[in-house]
Order: sequence, then structure tokens, then C-alpha cells
Amino acid sequence: MFYREAGQFKTSYKKDQAILPIFQDKIAMVAMLLFCFIVIPLFANDYWLASILVPFLALSLAALGLNVLTGYAGQISLGTAAFMAVGAFASFNLQVRVPEIPFLVAFLWGGLCAAGVGILFGLPSLRIKGFYLAVATLAAQFFIEWLFTHFDWFTNYSTSGVITAPPMTLLGLAIDNPLSKYFLVLSIVVICAFFVRNLARSEIGRAWMAVRDMDIAAEAIGINLMKTKLLAFGVSSFLCGLAGALWAYVVLGTVEPQAFDIARSFEILFMVVIGGLGSVSGAFLGAGFMILLPILLNNLGSLITGGTISTETIAHIEYMVFGAFIIFFLIVEPNGLARLWQLGKEKLRLWPFPY
Amino acid sequence: MFGFLSSITSFVVFFVVSIAIAGEHFVPITSYRTGPYGVSGAPAADGYVDYLKMINARDGGVGGVKLAWEECETAYKPDRFVECYERLKNKGEAGATVFQPLGTGLTYSVIDRVAADKVPLITMGYGRTDASDGSVFPWVFPLMANYWSISTAKIKFIGEQEGGMDKLKGLKIANVYHDSAYGKETLPVLLKQSEKYGFELKGFPVAHPGLDQKATWLNVRRYKPDYVILRGWGVMNQTAIKEAARARIPANKLVGVIWSCSELDTVPAGKAAKGYNCSSLINPGSNYKVFDDILKYVHDAGEGTGDREEVGHQQNYKMGVLMGIMTVASIEKATEKYGNKPMSGEQVRWGIENLDFTEAKLKEMGIEGLIPAFKVSCSNHEGNAPVKFQRWNGEAFEPASDWISTDQSIVRPMIEASAAGYAKEKGITPRCN
Repeated sequence: MFYREAGQFKTSYKKDQAILPIFQDKIAMVAMLLFCFIVIPLFANDYWLASILVPFLALSLAALGLNVLTGYAGQISLGTAAFMAVGAFASFNLQVRVPEIPFLVAFLWGGLCAAGVGILFGLPSLRIKGFYLAVATLAAQFFIEWLFTHFDWFTNYSTSGVITAPPMTLLGLAIDNPLSKYFLVLSIVVICAFFVRNLARSEIGRAWMAVRDMDIAAEAIGINLMKTKLLAFGVSSFLCGLAGALWAYVVLGTVEPQAFDIARSFEILFMVVIGGLGSVSGAFLGAGFMILLPILLNNLGSLITGGTISTETIAHIEYMVFGAFIIFFLIVEPNGLARLWQLGKEKLRLWPFPY
Repeated sequence: MFGFLSSITSFVVFFVVSIAIAGEHFVPITSYRTGPYGVSGAPAADGYVDYLKMINARDGGVGGVKLAWEECETAYKPDRFVECYERLKNKGEAGATVFQPLGTGLTYSVIDRVAADKVPLITMGYGRTDASDGSVFPWVFPLMANYWSISTAKIKFIGEQEGGMDKLKGLKIANVYHDSAYGKETLPVLLKQSEKYGFELKGFPVAHPGLDQKATWLNVRRYKPDYVILRGWGVMNQTAIKEAARARIPANKLVGVIWSCSELDTVPAGKAAKGYNCSSLINPGSNYKVFDDILKYVHDAGEGTGDREEVGHQQNYKMGVLMGIMTVASIEKATEKYGNKPMSGEQVRWGIENLDFTEAKLKEMGIEGLIPAFKVSCSNHEGNAPVKFQRWNGEAFEPASDWISTDQSIVRPMIEASAAGYAKEKGITPRCN
């Protein structure tokens, strides 16, 4: 009823292979982009832009990166934060050594360095799988955190190891207020999301999924495992590196190894698992769940109680409710929020008929 | 879909929340009562809030205008702290007065933001050291003494124990530090002093959060140091004191920094802590009028934030009260110039910069003897207060030294050089001339 595709005929292969084959989906996508680019900047205040939407978008990008690796190619990684750190430090170092470089080029460089490191740490995936691979990527997490903490060259010999991110200017405009930061992050994230969506339905994406579902069978039908797996590591780490540069430059304004600790890696893995493995929207839903919900709970807590109970209690309640939500969603829909959304869509397509 | 829905609901919620509190000085309190550092953060937050409550009850606020505050839990994480900062910075009739993050990493994450938002930042005894140069950092105030200054006092204290600064030559000093921005902040100044006085220095980093330090202390023991500087935070401290005893390093050879200097660190370490020395911005003991007033106006009225026992007896609680004192004194100074109305961050910034804690002022505030006299100026955002060393006698801290002045001939040139580098990088023109 609401969402019927009757009458939409696909008369060519091109139409059948469109990124959004259903007309309503196209409208919805355009509406959402308009909402993000026009309505939100018009109505959101600085608090919303700077401390909720920008971090949400930056971590969505990291989740998107991990989703390429874990969701599409089936390789578990616990080193996401390390690849983010590589992106952040590589961008910073390029800008420090070559000051005239525009920051967007530095971000790309950060992403490429992260991709290189990701491929390096992806090499064990050629021999080991599953939990064993997860443990191998943990090595990346610890090694890279240690590297940036102990070699002062990376922090440009800063006394404390915390560096303030260099200022950003794009076409003569300084990116220093929440609104311009929001536009910057949103544009990068939207471009990357379309890139991943397209990649996933191309030959490469299909090869990833074949490897994920059964690597021996994939090899038997002629897929080069080494190339496919390492490419997944490379693309995933590139996106994570970009997210790391955004996290350091735009969200925190400082570049420090502590911002990319193991807890961050787990957080992003949870985003992917809760959001839904192997879907672009899952990365955003998962990031929304992991970032917005705790802040919402915390704010609701202080609003409802009006300061009568201590922030300590509110913080503990926040942890408990949040944990309960995670368990609830994993029981109700183990395939993640993206799957729930998909089921909802199917229901809407059929409504009011049962099938 | 859920994330989207929740964002809409919270949008609505925020519009309701952001209704301003009218006619009050608004004090944003970013505290951490949970997480690995919650044990240290909770008493400090209690002290801060208790002091504000006391000022409202005893004096009816500052300049006839009541104080209002809101606490926001950061869990000592920079991203949550930034969220709290953004949440609180525009609250109240005139906006937030002053932020006190109580964390070095947290301070770094807002240094650029406070300049853009025109909200001052007091980082008393922590934070970015070169921010003491107020000509480059107008909005940041590492009041009383910064890390580098305290470090020079510490070396003086060690010299005093040895019977003269010339006796430092050839001594071996181990620096056991929390491997973070906070821990590494003193490395350059220690190196400088080791060159000046001729003692040998070796650093031993301890990874966050510092629950397992066996390997570190094995190395410390192998090094056979004459003194060990302990630069820890949270659970790391008590573990370190216990491990030091196991490594047969006598407690009186340990010198803790100001954040390794509370009962939370010594009591759990038990007998191992007896004789332990550490630096402090405040005098030990609880016989000060300010604590009596807090008990009388806040705790006797059943309004106490934490346990009654911690008032005046717990080091972090006292640091929290000191945070309150700095906030209130700054607001008070600002009202002298701008009149008795709710103060904005910009006005309070002027107040902090013109703080002058004379002996008479300290007496009036009921903190005579608790802290030394000091004065802030446009270029000197620190005030160069002398530092006290205290010793754990098994039950309480007692003074281990007089007020030891800091050696600005070492610190100030380093600060100015570092701040000049920052000014160049950010394109800031130094003011104050």
C-alpha cells in the first residue's frame, strides 16, 4: 500500500542493476540527503552538531570500514582503532612535514597509509580464520598503540604525546565552527557510503561475499583468495584511516594514541554486529545505537530526576539500560538493526495484505 | 531505525532541557564518578559541589546572585567530556562561568574550543603546562603551580632530604609514570634538571590503568635507584606503593606527585605506605574554617553530597573544595568589576586573571594556612605558588617540609619557548605588552 512497486517495470539490464531499483527508495534517499544537508543545518544547534552528529558520522565511517571487512568479506578484525590511529597520525605527520599540503590530501594520505598497514596485518588472514584471525589483528591494535606512544617522531616530539590538530581550510574557508565541520564530515561520509554500496554490488563485492560464505568454494570457482582478502583489508583500513583522521581533526581536535585504544575497536565491532553485518545502513544504525543511545539515556536520566539523584547513579543506570538494550536486540534480531529495517520494509510493501 | 527515532526523541528532549536557569551564576561541573578513575574523581566532585552549596547557604551566593550548577559524568573519557562541555557551555543566563576538567587529556581536548567559545578553563595543578604563558593562552589557567613547577620543587625536596642541592650529583632517580599525556608531561623538565644538578634519571612507563606493575618494578629494582618519583593516577598509585615495598624500596624514598597524594593511594597499600612522601598544593590537616563551614551549613542541614567523614580529611575532597574556592573567588572578582549580576565566561576570565590571594584574602575565605598566597597576572597564568610535601604516618598525612618555592629560572624559559611554538603553529599574536 505505502510502498508498492507494482507498475515499475525494468526494461533493461541497466535499470535492473540500478543502485536503488525501486522508485520509492530513490525518493527516500533523496529526501534523506536533503534532510541531512539542508534541514539539519537549519535547525540543529551547536551542541547537536558538534557533540552528537559529527562524532556519530565519524564513527559511522569507521563502522562502515569494518563492515566491509567483517560484514562483506567475513574476516573478523579487532584492530579497527589501530587503523584509525594510523590514519590520524599519518595525516598529522604529512601536514607537519609538508605544511602547504591541503588537509583533504592529508586525509587521503592517512587513509592510504592505513590501507597499507591494514594489508600488512591482513596477511595472516591468508592462513588463519575466525577467532584466530581476531587474535592476530589484536596484535595490530597493541603494536600500533605502543608504536605511537613510544616513538616521539610520530608526535613530532611533543612533550605530552598529545598534539593539537592543525587548522583546516578548504578553498579559503576556515573549517572551525560546528556547521562547517558537520558539512565536511557529512560530505566525506556520504561519498564513502556510496563508494562502498557500489563496491559491494560489483565483481569485487561478490567475490568478498563468496569468500565470506565459503572460501574453499570461492577458490574452486576461480576467485583469487589472496587478492580478495587483502583488498578487503585495504579498503576497510582505508575507510577506518579516514574515519580516524576525522575523529582526531574534527571531533577531538587533538591527535593522541589514547583516543584509539582497544575499547574503541570493540565499540566499532559492536556497532557492526548490532547494526547488521554486510549492509551499509547497518553501519549507520549501529553507530547511532552505540553513540546516541548512551547520551540520550544520560540526558533523560538527568531530566527525569532533575538533579535529585547523583550523576554516578545516572551513569550506572545508563550502563545497565544500554546493556539490556543490546541483549534485547540481539535476541529479537540476531542479524542486526538493518535486518529489522528490511523486515519492516517488506511488511510495508505488502500491507494491508498478509502476503 | 531505532537510532533515528532516538535522535528525534532526544531532539525534543533537548529543547526542553535547554531552558535557561535565570538569575544565577552557572557553574558547569564535569566530573567522573565511574570508570577506572572514578574512585579519585568522586570525592573531588563532592568537595566542589559541597563548597558551592556552602557559599549559597552561608553567603547567599556571590554578590547576592546565587550559584547554580549541573554535573555531567565524563568517565574520564575525552569524547564524553567534549559532549558534556558542549552540553553545558551555553546553559545559565550568561552562559557557563568556568570549566575545571580535572584531567590532562580532557584539558587538551577543549583548549582550542574554549578560545573560540570564550569560556575560561582552570586546570589547577594539571593540564597543559605551557598554558601558564597567558599571553598565548588567554583562556587557560593552570593556577597555583603547574606540573613543571611542582617538579622543580620535588627535586628541591629530594635535595633537602639529602642535605643540599650539591648532594644530588650522582644520585639515581627513577621516574615511574602513567604512560599518557599526563604522565609524560614532566619528562622534559626532569631531563633539564638532571643536566643541571648532575643526577641520573631513568623513566619507567606504566600502561593504563596500571593494575599490573610487577615487570616495571622488577626493572626499577634492578636499576637500584636512590629515589623514585611516582607519577600515577587512580588505581595505579596504590599498586605502585605495594609493588615498591615488594621490590624492597623503602617508602620514604618514594616521592609521589600531587595526583599520587591521597588517602585513596596510601590506605589500600597498608603498612607499605608508611613514610611515603608526596607533593601537594595544600597543607595537610583539617582544622580550617572552610571545612567547619561546610559541615555546619551543608552536612548539618542534611545536604551533604558525599560522606560526612571525607570533609576535610580526604585529599581529593580537599582538592575539590579548592576547585570550588577558585571558581567562587574568580566569580567574586568579576562581580567587583562588572556588577552583581550573573557572570559570563568572558567576565569570569577577567576575574581569574586578576585573582590575588593575599594573606588577608585567605583569612577572609577561611583558608589561611591551607594554601599559600599567590597572584595571577596577564602573562603569568600560574601564580607560582610554592608547594608543600607531606608524609604518610600510617594513619594520616603530616607535613614533611615547609612551603618549597618552585624554580622559575628553569621552568619559565621552557614555558615561553613551548608557548611561542604553539603561537606560531596556530598564528596567535601574543598579548599582554
